[in-house]
Amino acid sequence: MITAQGLSRRFGGRTAVHDVTFSLAAGDVLALFGPNGAGKTTLLRMLAGLLKPSEGTGSVAGIALPGGAELRAAIGYISHASMLYGALSARENIELAARLFGVRDPRGISTRALERMELHHRADTPVRLLSRGMQQRVSIARATVHAPRVVLLDEPFTGLDDSGSAALGAHLAMLRATGTTLVLVTHSIAEGLALATHAAIMREGALVRLEKGETIDPATYLTVYREHVTHGA
Amino acid sequence: MAPSTLSAAFLIARKDLAIEFRTRTAFFSAAVFALLGIVIFYFAWDPTAVASIDLAPGVLWAIFTFSGLLGLQRSFGIEQADRAIDSLLGAPISRESIYLGKAMANLVFVAAVQVIAIPAVQLFYGVPLLENAAPLALIALLAAIGLVAVGTLFSAMAVNTKLAEMLLPVLSLPFFVPVVIPAAQATARLIAGRPGSEIVGWLKLLVAFDIVFVAACTLAFPFTIEE
Repeated sequence: MITAQGLSRRFGGRTAVHDVTFSLAAGDVLALFGPNGAGKTTLLRMLAGLLKPSEGTGSVAGIALPGGAELRAAIGYISHASMLYGALSARENIELAARLFGVRDPRGISTRALERMELHHRADTPVRLLSRGMQQRVSIARATVHAPRVVLLDEPFTGLDDSGSAALGAHLAMLRATGTTLVLVTHSIAEGLALATHAAIMREGALVRLEKGETIDPATYLTVYREHVTHGA
Repeated sequence: MAPSTLSAAFLIARKDLAIEFRTRTAFFSAAVFALLGIVIFYFAWDPTAVASIDLAPGVLWAIFTFSGLLGLQRSFGIEQADRAIDSLLGAPISRESIYLGKAMANLVFVAAVQVIAIPAVQLFYGVPLLENAAPLALIALLAAIGLVAVGTLFSAMAVNTKLAEMLLPVLSLPFFVPVVIPAAQATARLIAGRPGSEIVGWLKLLVAFDIVFVAACTLAFPFTIEE
C-alpha cells in the first residue's frame, strides 16, 4: 500500500529527509518516532503528495509519488494543526471536504461523520468555539470523510486530554480494522505502539530503526528510542 | 468523482465569501479605508485649482486600488490559520481551481467595496457617477478583474513570507498600473460626457489586460504554492 525507496528531500542546501526506504501493506500501521526536526513531517508530506521528493521513488495506494489528484483522493492527512476554518461550523468544514473529494451525498455523509465522532450536538457550532479535542475530532472526520485507503497522521495526539486521546486511539483502531493503512507520527511512544504493526525511528532525516510489530517490545522501546536519538546508535 | 476545476473554484469562492460574511473584518476595514481616503482627498483638494471632474476619477481608482489590497491580503491569510491551505492542497482538485476560487471571492469583495465607494465619491465631488451607472459598472468590473487576477497571485506568493503585508503592495502595485490607467481614463471620459467612441478604446485595453493577467496568473499559480 505504501512503498518508499531511497526517498530524500532537500530544502536548499539542507537535507530534511535522507534515503528513506520502507514498505507497508494494507492494514499496517507505522508508528514513526523521532525528535523535532528529524524529518518526520517532511516524509509525511511527501507521502501525502504535498511535497515532491528530491530523490528516490515511492508509491501510495499503487500511485507513484509525487502523484496528482488520484493520489490525493486516496489519502487522508491529519496534522497537529486542525486544517479547519474557524469561522465555519464543524458540519460546513466536513461538508466542504466531502464536496472537494467528490463524495456523493456530502450533507448526509458529513452528518454521519459527526455522529461517529459524537459531535452531532455541536455540528453547527463554529469550529473556533470548540475545544481543542473537539476540533481534532472534526479534523479527523474531515480527513476521513472520503474513506481514504491511507491515513497519514502528524502528531494527532498533541493538545488532547486523556479522554480525547482515548477517543482518537479508538477511532484509529477502527480505521486499522477496516484495512486502512496508517502512518502515525507521534512523540508519545505508548500511544504510537498501542496501534502500531511497525515502528520506526527517524533522526537527522534518516530512518535509523525500523521493525515489525512482533519484534517490538513496548517495555524497552523507550530505552531503545533514547539510545538511537541521543547516542545515534 | 472529484469536482471539475470550475466546480471546485465555486466551492472555494463560496467558502471564502461565507467566512468573510461572518467575520466581516476585511470588508469593514476596506470600506472604512475607502471612505476615509475619499474624505482625506476631499479636504486636501483645492477646488479653485483642480476641477472635481478632473480629480474624481483619480481619487476613485486610487481608493479602489488600495482598499482592494486589504481584501487581497486576507485572501490567503485565512488559509494560513491552522494550515487550512493543506486541506485544499490535499484535495483531489486542480491547483488552478484554488486560484480561480480565490479570485472569484476577491472579485465579489472588490465589487462590494466599489458599491460603497462610488456613491461616496459622487457625494463629495458632485460628479455624475450614478447617472452613468451601467457603463461605470462595466469599467469597474473589467478593472476589478485585472486587479484581482494579479493581486490574488501575489497574495499567494506573499503570504508565506514574514513581510507579507508589505510585500503584497510592493509586488502588486506595478502590475496594477496598466489596469488603473485605462480604468481612470475611461471613467474620466464617461463623467465628462465624452462620446462612447473615446471610451471603447480604453475598454478594449482593459479587456486585453484582463485576458493576459487571468491566463498568466492561472498558469503561474501552481508554481507559487508548490514547496
